[in-house]
Amino acid sequence: MKAETSQPIVRSAPRPKLWNDPRFRSVLFQVLAIFCVGGAIWYLVSNTLHNLSVRNISTGFDFLRREAGFAIGESTIDYGPQDTYFRAISVGLLNTLRVAVVGIILATIFGTIIGIARLSSNWLVAKLATFYVETMRNVPLLLQLFFWYAIISEAMPGPRNALHPLPGVFISNRGIKLPALEGGALNWVLGGLFLAIVLIVLLANWAKKRQDQTGQIFPLGRYALAIFVLLPLLAWFVSGERLGLEMPVFKSFNFQGGITVTPEFGALLAGLVIYTSAFIAEVVRSGIQSVNQGQWEAAGSLGLRRPLILRLIVLPQALRVIIPPMTSQYLNITKNSSLAVAIGYPDIVSVVNTTLNQTGQAIEGIMMIMAAFLTVSLSISAFMNWYNKRIALVER
Amino acid sequence: MAEAIIQMRDVNKWYGKFHVLRNINLEVAPKERIVVCGPSGSGKSTLIRCLNRLEEHQQGSIIVDGTELTNDVKHVEAIRREVGMVFQHFNLFPHLTVLENLTLGPIWVLKKPKVEAEKEAMSYLERVRIPEQANKFPGQLSGGQQQRVAIARSLCMNPKVMLFDEPTSALDPEMVKEVLDVMVELAVDTGMTMICVTHEMGFARKVADRVIFMDQGEIIEENTPDAFFDNPQNERTKLFLSQILH
Amino acid sequence: MQNTIHSTPNMGLDAKIIIGLRDRFFSSIGNSILTVLSVWLLLMAIPALFDWGFTRASFYANNAQECRAAGGACWAFIGEKYRFILFGTYPFEQQWRPLVAMLLFVAMLILSTWRRLWNISLLALWTVGLATAAILMWGGIFGLTYVENSNWGGLPVTLLLATFAIALSFPIGVVLALGRRSKMPAIKSICVVYIELIRGVPLISLLFMASLMLPLFLPEGLTIDKLLRALIAMVLFAAAYVAETVRGGLQAIPKGQFEGAESLGLSYWQQMRLIILPQALKIVIPPLVGIFISMFKDTSLVVIIGIFDLTLAAKSALADANWQGFGVEAYVFISLIYFTFCFSMSRYSQALERRLSVGQKR
Repeated sequence: MKAETSQPIVRSAPRPKLWNDPRFRSVLFQVLAIFCVGGAIWYLVSNTLHNLSVRNISTGFDFLRREAGFAIGESTIDYGPQDTYFRAISVGLLNTLRVAVVGIILATIFGTIIGIARLSSNWLVAKLATFYVETMRNVPLLLQLFFWYAIISEAMPGPRNALHPLPGVFISNRGIKLPALEGGALNWVLGGLFLAIVLIVLLANWAKKRQDQTGQIFPLGRYALAIFVLLPLLAWFVSGERLGLEMPVFKSFNFQGGITVTPEFGALLAGLVIYTSAFIAEVVRSGIQSVNQGQWEAAGSLGLRRPLILRLIVLPQALRVIIPPMTSQYLNITKNSSLAVAIGYPDIVSVVNTTLNQTGQAIEGIMMIMAAFLTVSLSISAFMNWYNKRIALVER
Repeated sequence: MAEAIIQMRDVNKWYGKFHVLRNINLEVAPKERIVVCGPSGSGKSTLIRCLNRLEEHQQGSIIVDGTELTNDVKHVEAIRREVGMVFQHFNLFPHLTVLENLTLGPIWVLKKPKVEAEKEAMSYLERVRIPEQANKFPGQLSGGQQQRVAIARSLCMNPKVMLFDEPTSALDPEMVKEVLDVMVELAVDTGMTMICVTHEMGFARKVADRVIFMDQGEIIEENTPDAFFDNPQNERTKLFLSQILH
Repeated sequence: MQNTIHSTPNMGLDAKIIIGLRDRFFSSIGNSILTVLSVWLLLMAIPALFDWGFTRASFYANNAQECRAAGGACWAFIGEKYRFILFGTYPFEQQWRPLVAMLLFVAMLILSTWRRLWNISLLALWTVGLATAAILMWGGIFGLTYVENSNWGGLPVTLLLATFAIALSFPIGVVLALGRRSKMPAIKSICVVYIELIRGVPLISLLFMASLMLPLFLPEGLTIDKLLRALIAMVLFAAAYVAETVRGGLQAIPKGQFEGAESLGLSYWQQMRLIILPQALKIVIPPLVGIFISMFKDTSLVVIIGIFDLTLAAKSALADANWQGFGVEAYVFISLIYFTFCFSMSRYSQALERRLSVGQKR
């Protein structure tokens, strides 16, 4: 029996009064908000322009082309006081990136080791790791920087009486001097290293294919290590050239030659790495603990051994939990490197600070600092968000 | 009678001061199907978890397929290859597809080539009636489907003994049947030795050779299903049965 | 035949101790090596530290030479300078006032952890407490001499900055979090831009902005106190982090709560105030305490714009020509102070988290 469908009676709903219409209210609210924010900004900007002209401070970025007139303690590119402000600020930016990248790498390594140590079944190791984490997390970073800087500059002897723990290594209150590799064979060795990495990647691919086909597992670890060590040595031998260490030599008041780690860089790196590794340790620990005990048990009852369980089952799942908070720690290292201004390391904040003290153009200077940090932060965040989405667990 | 595939002699286990397994003596013959039941806290899960060393017993001896279960890592590995386990909460690996879940053990422990492992995995997936889910992730499956994948995953290792730790307790009622059907088929078609901790008494009646009742860490009574359900001897057994069969 | 012995309750006490030690420290070769290494590390470090800190340390000395003579730590330096480090350049005889103000702060913090007070009376408590502290510090009435805030220094400034920063940033952060979840695109964009901008830049740049640019933003003639400028920067900074944390809490509320509140016919603000926010805020108290701990540590950054907090006080104490070169002692001293505050707060937050999650388990 088919039901008769009659035409439904359509009566349009009465339009609400304008005031009660949610769409109208939403638009009104937004317009008001934009007005207020825009108005506030306009007010601040007009005040600023007025104040600037009253105090005879120029605006614009022309000052970047002027001569800087100040020296910078350390830099990765050539720089002298006769170079432009623009070049000076670039040196600062490169210094910031240098300490941030090295800091991120070292902090990740340290932090992971300590995080795993906290979960150790050895009571002493676990307690030591906990002590480290709790101490470093609860003391301000700036204070730790001052502390390290004080140790290097006060507690270390002068260059004449520098500590000499290893041949070619000198520690004094002017920094750490290390021997530098030099000689004609250096390029050969670097080439050998690069070749070794390529070879290892190819070997890994071949091993995987072989396992897929025959089921045999290839002991990649020891072969990779052997290649990594032997190939550069072979390259050195083949080149026939010499490879030497340039030792720092004490002349007049300080050491010449070799690689220098300045007290400022050393203190900043030590402080950043030690402080952040405590937080990273906690992130790694909670990531590993977040993996359900049942996963260990299920993998174990299949007959897998502990290292394989970690590699195939636990770490992939732990990584998903670790990556978002790890990202904020990486961002923190980058932003915290700005504390360099307090101990005299010439990072971008420090250099811009000097610049704006000399030119009086505070606004442009601060805007440059914020733009630089925003760019780095947003790029790191964007990359991590993309990676995070890619490895997310697939659910209904 | 064939030599027992599992022998437990005077097994005792403590959690701290709590005596969770008391003087357990049990022998399981090959192809035998055993159901273990009892109130919660009776130690039944602990008993079967001791069989593949997920728990360690402190006294007594456990011998599985001729190998003694001790702290020796080689013994434990050998035993885990012979004994498969199905968990109450499935414990599938969420970051791997269903097929990858199944082939993980064969590839890395049995060292089979990938193609061979996948072929076997697909045949087991058909056995549990969900071959079309091979490339999905566990998070996309229903509870009943996940448990069936877990059973297939253990079967891929070709074990001699299968342990089931309350396999249907975490499932919604309408999915319990599909998992029990698979387990019944397993018992009837393959003659697999099975030790199952469960409250599903219908399953016990249909398939079990022996039903064991445990309470407070001890084996109180064991008998064939008919004798057990129709004529319980011990007072505690009678109490338990009256509570669960209503 | 067992080849490892396990501890069973019917063993003797000595056997249990030995087995316990073995399991914790020597359960495998790798573990044994780690234990030996750790013990060696401790044996190297602890006697040396003890020697420097106690045995060879000078607790009383008349001047720097005497103190340095023994070669250990110079705690006499702290004894000489501690009032300066703790209270800055506050007039010497009036220093009981910042002391009382500080004790008041600490008392209010401790009382705030008492869950019975978690309602409107907490607000009243804080208002009264802060007002009293302000009167004590500034003076000018009730017979107390007026002390300009450029003379304030040390620990009270640190506590003040941290507490006010969090207190003021809290309502702003909540509004920002609600705005970010709004369906109105203009509101949402404004909030997102603000939050991401602030979170992407270091606190130092905001402090610089506040101390150098704020005077330029305001009409001529209107000046803002230096301490207030730093406070504004910290409030703006903290608000963004509070916003993200509260947003996490809002996301954790099941959709059914919103629907239930709506179906009662409540207005948006009533829903938030009566139903959603009480639940969300309770969930995020532990991470909020974490933000408070961070802000407390970040107060040390005001050193860079020349505000006299605890860290700058320590640094200035080191500038005394008569007592040169005791940086390590000074920093250890204030590290202990920071550590005490931060560690207690973080312990509290962990305990709170445990207690709250128990309440949520069925």
